[in-house]
Amino acid sequence: MDLSYTPEQDMLRDSALRFVREAYPFDARRAAAATEPGYRGGIWQQFADLGWLGATLPEDFGGTSGGAVETMILMEAFGRGLVLEPYLWSVVMGGGLILRAGTAAQKSEILPALAAGECRLAFAFVEPGSRYDLAHVELATEPRDGGFVLTGRKSLVYHAASADRIIVSARLTVALGEANGIGLFLVFDGAEGLSRRDYKTQDDGRASDLTFEGVAVPAEARMVPDGDALAQIELAVDTGIAAICAEAVGAMGALREITLEYLRTREQFGRPIGTFQVLQHRMVDLFMAEEEARSMAILAALSLDRPVAERKRAVSAAKVAAGRAGRLIGQEAVQLHGGMGMTDELSVGHYFKRLTLIGSMFGDASHHLKEFAALGGGPANRAAEGGD
Amino acid sequence: MDLTYTDADNAFRAEVRSFVAAELPAGFRHKVENGLYLEKDDYVRWQKILYRKGWMAPAWPVEYGGTGWTPLQKHIFDEECALGAAPPVINFGVNMVAPVIIEFGTEAQKQQYLPRILSSEDWWCQGYSEPNAGSDLASLTMRAEREGDTYLVNGAKTWTTLAQHADMIFCLVRTDSSGKKQEGISFLLIDMTSPGVTVRPIVTFDGSQEINEVFFEDVRVPAGNLIGEEGMGWTYAKFLLGHERTGIAQVARSKRQLQRLKEISRAEQAGGPPVADDPAFAAKIAEVEIALMALEMTELRFLSDEGAGRAPGPESSILKIRGTEIQQTLTELLVEALGYHAHPWLPEAVREGWNEEPVGPDYAAPIAPRYFNWRKASIYGGSNEIQKNIIAKMVLGL
Repeated sequence: MDLSYTPEQDMLRDSALRFVREAYPFDARRAAAATEPGYRGGIWQQFADLGWLGATLPEDFGGTSGGAVETMILMEAFGRGLVLEPYLWSVVMGGGLILRAGTAAQKSEILPALAAGECRLAFAFVEPGSRYDLAHVELATEPRDGGFVLTGRKSLVYHAASADRIIVSARLTVALGEANGIGLFLVFDGAEGLSRRDYKTQDDGRASDLTFEGVAVPAEARMVPDGDALAQIELAVDTGIAAICAEAVGAMGALREITLEYLRTREQFGRPIGTFQVLQHRMVDLFMAEEEARSMAILAALSLDRPVAERKRAVSAAKVAAGRAGRLIGQEAVQLHGGMGMTDELSVGHYFKRLTLIGSMFGDASHHLKEFAALGGGPANRAAEGGD
Repeated sequence: MDLTYTDADNAFRAEVRSFVAAELPAGFRHKVENGLYLEKDDYVRWQKILYRKGWMAPAWPVEYGGTGWTPLQKHIFDEECALGAAPPVINFGVNMVAPVIIEFGTEAQKQQYLPRILSSEDWWCQGYSEPNAGSDLASLTMRAEREGDTYLVNGAKTWTTLAQHADMIFCLVRTDSSGKKQEGISFLLIDMTSPGVTVRPIVTFDGSQEINEVFFEDVRVPAGNLIGEEGMGWTYAKFLLGHERTGIAQVARSKRQLQRLKEISRAEQAGGPPVADDPAFAAKIAEVEIALMALEMTELRFLSDEGAGRAPGPESSILKIRGTEIQQTLTELLVEALGYHAHPWLPEAVREGWNEEPVGPDYAAPIAPRYFNWRKASIYGGSNEIQKNIIAKMVLGL
């Protein structure tokens, strides 16, 4: 039982926070968000040079062999700076999926390039009717010429437009001997028969709806070649949830500090508004919500390698906490800033929008509350069982 | 970062667990699990068992009878005692006045009081609040006037928990009214058997009698009972606040309550299926369970900081606020689970040995009174609003 960082993790944290503070001013972010691809390639290359793109990859693939704590540290810093670069999608989700579920050939081809900043990934797992159900996959596969042909649609594929490869979930046919199985395929962006409709998201992100009209992929494009990929998709999403819980904590922390500073300096009725007890107590509520969300983000990160039921409980609980806290802090930060909080000029509304979208990413608080309740029965966490 | 316990911690946990299982007197588990009334003798009997084992005062320095445990071991000990359904240790002596005596008391005071606290010979209570000094504690007016070798004490304390059992009371008293109100306060130890001390019970609306008014009329207190210096009482009181943190979150006890809530919501039926199957009710249970997980992780983070040598600060206020909110939610959901079964009022049924036919299920009787009683939790120990003032000032700098 030790909840402190190692000296190496402290250094990573310091450098990530310094990067966000010194090299990622809000005005430059605003300009980057307004031009395609919605982030800066130069910043992405800096991430590669700093070793962040390979933070969780083995050394064989050009990484530094970190784990969930390193991801948490980076994502919290990215949350503080409202970082636009697709670290979640390319590294946490894409890189993580290939590392865990890819073939040897896929790993050696893609992971070193990912770490070097030369290959970006996207993950297409949402469909028009799926909402938060990961097993709802209609996009169909058909075996042909030793490979597969993909037909169907995917929605809200973040950063598909700037990705070199897209990981796509698809339903395997009965003919393959895997009834109701779900497969994962690596598809080149720009493949024949694949069309994209690109759009912006509420928080200055980029996403696309994809239509697959008989997109042919070779057999080697299939990940998890001899089994159902649903468990891998679930693990990838849980890993993503732990990451965005940390991102949310960073965004909440920054937003709470910005709001606190405003309360200290904004004067009305002849004194700083922070001297009013009704506002002080509301700030304390925000502070407590943030601390709880931070505790739960840590729990989620440290639970990713636990048995499935325990992992899912922790992750769902953390997502509920992050969703609730993010909404509270986002809404209250706007309210406590008064009219200024409504302006596009201040960063406040931008943090609020990012927190709102994190709130429903990979399932909202209501969804995860139900998931958690359905898992039921277990100890509040394993300390209740007396450890292991 | 690592959430798993070391082998040594697990061995320690096993040792505590088997100790509690072996030593908890027969019938205690039933009383504690069912929320039945605990007599003074019940508390004292368990504390003497801990004393004989050398585990009565884990937080004290070893030279005075402490255990030398790490913060995590203390946490494990508290958790196992609660999970094992041991009665809570009464904090006023061992975890409240004792740290003040150890830090600021004279050698004579240490020798006089500490061994008797350790062995539970003396039951202490806390004389802080007054009829006109609640959240605004520093405005207290109970006077102590120095006359030769004694203080002449006049005034009243209120909300004094379990004063009816107490041999000693530690009081904040006013020794000077001239300057700033915090500066004229002193910390005085008073023998409850002194002539002029009267205890009057206050019955709370749940029907229990835990709290009291304590009146002091021309009470003579030896000057040697003053802690530290005159006028420094407020400083000592603030020091004590930092030590009240011991077990303040009550995570393990809330885990037991949560377990009980789940059991009862499976036993209670809503026109056929159990209440637990109602999605709206299941969501409420899930909410409080997640809040409890967050509280536990937050406490473990603070413990980790403490283990790394960082002193406990105002974060104890978070644990107090969220801990009591969760306790209250659990008592509320237990009442909700019972439906009509919460209505019958059987005051005798909350005492051990009542053997008449229960009305409704046998677990029902203490649940509504406990809900009513537990509204105290967000009021005592510095109301949750005062805790928010503390966080606003100490953490946020507002």
